[in-house]
Amino acid sequence: MTRKVLLAIGTRKGMWLAIRDGSEWDLSGPFHTMTDVHAVAIDTRRGRPRLLAGVHSEHFGPSVVTSDDLGVTWQEPGHAPIAFPADTGAALSRVWQLTPAPAAGPGVVYAGTEPSALFRSTDGGVTYDLVRGLWDHPHREHWTPGGGGMAIHSIIPHPEDEKQVTVAMSTGGVYRTTDGGETWEAVNTGVQAYFLPDPYPEFGQCVHKIAHHPARPGQLFLQNHHGVYRTDDLGATWHSIAEGLPSDFGFPILVHPTRPGVVYTFPLTADHTRFPPDGRCRVYRSEDAGESWTALTTGLPQAGFWSAVLRDAMCADDATPAGLYFGSRSGTVYTSEDDGDTWRQLATHLPDILCLRAAAVG
Amino acid sequence: MTTKENTTPVTVLLPGALREVAGGRSRVDVEAGEGTTLGAVLDVLAARYPLLGRRLRDERHQLRRHVNFYVSGEECRRLDGAATPVTPGTEIHIIPSVAGG
Repeated sequence: MTRKVLLAIGTRKGMWLAIRDGSEWDLSGPFHTMTDVHAVAIDTRRGRPRLLAGVHSEHFGPSVVTSDDLGVTWQEPGHAPIAFPADTGAALSRVWQLTPAPAAGPGVVYAGTEPSALFRSTDGGVTYDLVRGLWDHPHREHWTPGGGGMAIHSIIPHPEDEKQVTVAMSTGGVYRTTDGGETWEAVNTGVQAYFLPDPYPEFGQCVHKIAHHPARPGQLFLQNHHGVYRTDDLGATWHSIAEGLPSDFGFPILVHPTRPGVVYTFPLTADHTRFPPDGRCRVYRSEDAGESWTALTTGLPQAGFWSAVLRDAMCADDATPAGLYFGSRSGTVYTSEDDGDTWRQLATHLPDILCLRAAAVG
Repeated sequence: MTTKENTTPVTVLLPGALREVAGGRSRVDVEAGEGTTLGAVLDVLAARYPLLGRRLRDERHQLRRHVNFYVSGEECRRLDGAATPVTPGTEIHIIPSVAGG
């Protein structure tokens, strides 16, 4: 059994850290006060965990900060960690995703940004370079902002092949490279974009989140702006797995860390009704890759819960047993140590929660 | 930017939120000769304090939208933006705009 687990909580007004050493959680923070923390990562590949956070101040702009001592001290380089080259004419607005790449060596970290772009670091997330192949994609001029901005919010490096990476953006859809980022293809066949004249376009979908399990690299799950989908061929074709859910709208989608095919969502009623159906806080779990769904309610409020769960505010750790987490826009974090059968409150009264990441750290 | 004729500095006043990225200082003097601009002063600040520079301008050197730069009491966007002339002895008062909840 894992003894020590770290949970990083990114909120609209800063970051909190929760450490479980034994059975109780100890919460510390806020860190990076009055910044919105859209992206956090815990990189454990070097043994000593490195925390990375994409922070953004409405006044003073975006940056990426790191900590190698579980948040006691933070480092921010003098140079801008992520910056658009001058010839692009673009400027970084926010960092939406930070993803260590497991197959590409201990220093490789990807960053997804607003405006929609992918950056790659080879020094553990201190300096990043723009992935030109995606930036120069002819589709880019047709990508448009969704309600939250135009950003790459999901990055899935292939667990074994460093040249394969899948990303998702709102709006734009899912794109995949198999040659290390030189060329990219849109892989959205079967994913609906009901808000466009052609409801099944090559690209332009408003994908909210994609997820996978490393043991099944060809199988991806997708929470769309209306629609929940699965692909078994790395995005070549997608099919709906929404039947059995109370709604096909929502933001996060999560795969269990040790049980491939076990997937979680948090449905909201609809685009124009972004509340959990009936004000009930329910996580939905499928144990057969989306063929059927079960509502998980034990320990969760079943009345008067009118809060949403954002796309990165649901995560799992790599502990034994596995821990699951989700956080609400009303500032409460819930956790489960039995695959979602029962939940308990870990923290409450925080600012609205933008992202969570957790990992065993000892 | 230093000139032999006049080495009276431009004084940049910083808000509390930015002092930790400026060596703890609330005011920074920048030597400025005749014919210099707000943007040139910010270049000097960024060279001296890189994190401060990034808090004030993005990688295109555009002024952060919600940071105000008062040059002798007038917000620079009502003057000539980063090209606003700055003369020796000028005070540049950097103040974050009031917003949010």
